[in-house]
Amino acid sequence: MSANVENFPGTPLSQADFDEGKILTTHWKPKLEYGWDAGVAISRYLAELKNGRIIGIKCSRCRSTVVPPRVVCEWCWEPMDDWVYLKDTGTVNTFSICYIRWDASRAKEPQIPAVIEIDGASKGAGILHLLDEVNADDVTIGMKVQAVWKPADERTGAITDIRYFKPT
Amino acid sequence: MRQVAIVGVGYSGFRSITPDLSYKELMYEAAAKAYEDAGVDPRRDVESFVSVAEDFNEGTSIFDEYVPDQIGGVLKPVHTIAGDGIHGLIAAYMQVLTGAMDIVMVEAHSKASNVLTLSDVVAYAMDPVYNRPLRANPLFIAGMEMNRYLYKTGTTEEQCAQVVVKNRANGFLNPSAAYGASLSLDAVLSSEPLSHPLKRLEVSSHADGAIVMVLASGDVAQELSALPIWIMGVGWCNETPSLETRDWESATYARNSARMAYRLAGIRNPRLEIDFAEVDDTFAYKELQHMEALGLCREGEAGLLVEEGTTELDGELPLNPSGGSLGVGHLLDASGLARVLEVVLQLRGEAGQRQLEDVETGLAFGWRSIPTTSGAAVVLSI
Ligand SMILES: [Zn+2]
Repeated sequence: MSANVENFPGTPLSQADFDEGKILTTHWKPKLEYGWDAGVAISRYLAELKNGRIIGIKCSRCRSTVVPPRVVCEWCWEPMDDWVYLKDTGTVNTFSICYIRWDASRAKEPQIPAVIEIDGASKGAGILHLLDEVNADDVTIGMKVQAVWKPADERTGAITDIRYFKPT
Repeated sequence: MRQVAIVGVGYSGFRSITPDLSYKELMYEAAAKAYEDAGVDPRRDVESFVSVAEDFNEGTSIFDEYVPDQIGGVLKPVHTIAGDGIHGLIAAYMQVLTGAMDIVMVEAHSKASNVLTLSDVVAYAMDPVYNRPLRANPLFIAGMEMNRYLYKTGTTEEQCAQVVVKNRANGFLNPSAAYGASLSLDAVLSSEPLSHPLKRLEVSSHADGAIVMVLASGDVAQELSALPIWIMGVGWCNETPSLETRDWESATYARNSARMAYRLAGIRNPRLEIDFAEVDDTFAYKELQHMEALGLCREGEAGLLVEEGTTELDGELPLNPSGGSLGVGHLLDASGLARVLEVVLQLRGEAGQRQLEDVETGLAFGWRSIPTTSGAAVVLSI
């Protein structure tokens, strides 16, 4: 320990100093609201989720089929408009067992987020979703899963129209 | 030093709303047009990608992650600049100057219509301790600056209003301008006060759009383009952030930006050597204040020149032939790149009904709007 620490030990702070307002801080609560235009590709994707279907799009040059769809192939810069319906089943590419919630609090039951390569899409093309109806210990990479949909009248055109994926 | 030219431009918009396209699709459309214009394939030819974006405007943290696919930049050098579009252009320019890259692109966009609390986002730019708790609409900063500028120079409110009449009329001749209009001076002067002496019609309205430019080094530019537009000089400057101590009169950031750009371009007398300019007109008085700071006329003279018609399309020194932000629409941080876009189109002779005659050198100047003193300039020549 340097001699200066003894010579200049500093002033310790306690939680009480903050609570009693001895330490001044300044606060601001942001008001940030956005309404993003979904556009051509995402709108169709969401509309089909509402219909209970997963749709992808195919590149006419490199032949890859990707999901979620987009208007241009990121690999060969080819415009894409060859829509293809995909199955609502797939294979777990990778997953984690997550014991902390969105707000960083401790979860009793873990969430199992996974990237699911959708059947009919190219290798490596998948969607991010949650796994359920499965013991966390039983989940494996390469596991076959299928979508569990909300009832038609509860679907809104959102990724949450699929509740989760479960083992087939 | 290497020479660098703009060899391709593309844009999408500009409209008050763009509900048909996502921001990615807006960027894609501009990029596809720019690559077509330059005759390059982004996957094969473009070596580096610069995107201009401010996270608060996007609603996404670390926005650079959302950029590469729609501009053809996947698995390539990509980075994002939170600055004006001209700051982005300068970053791309410098990458070419290093000699490490021959073809670099720059992109800037606005989806202002998707930011539902845009005035709050502007308010967050104010100092959170000294200024923000007063909860005054940040437009007061423009009002205060305009007030001091008029006081110092003797410029009149009528002369400021004349800028609006001119720029919105120019917008009428620009098919991509969102706010072309034929307004009377009285209509501008009698529009409601927002923050004295600033009136509603003197404030540019927001628009959505995207702009992409392709830059190339000397020989490559000559090969790619029959009419490369050469970047002769660039400059940028930030003054103090403090509202309490800044120069409220004369846009020092603009003067310093221009000095640097003129020095690099070898321009000694901008009044004679600059044929026309596109300068920030987020607020009407800003065009006059910037014109003076950029050395395009003497201090206090800009108001007289706009009154006399010198800065109109057929005047001696046309300013904002595109319509500026008042006519085209304010494109958030893409605004500066919109100024550059018009300079390129004019120098190429592709400006349609608003084409200026015999123009060889143009200046573009961008400002990051209130409450900043952040500016960037570029001099372009054929
Ligand atoms: Zn492809």
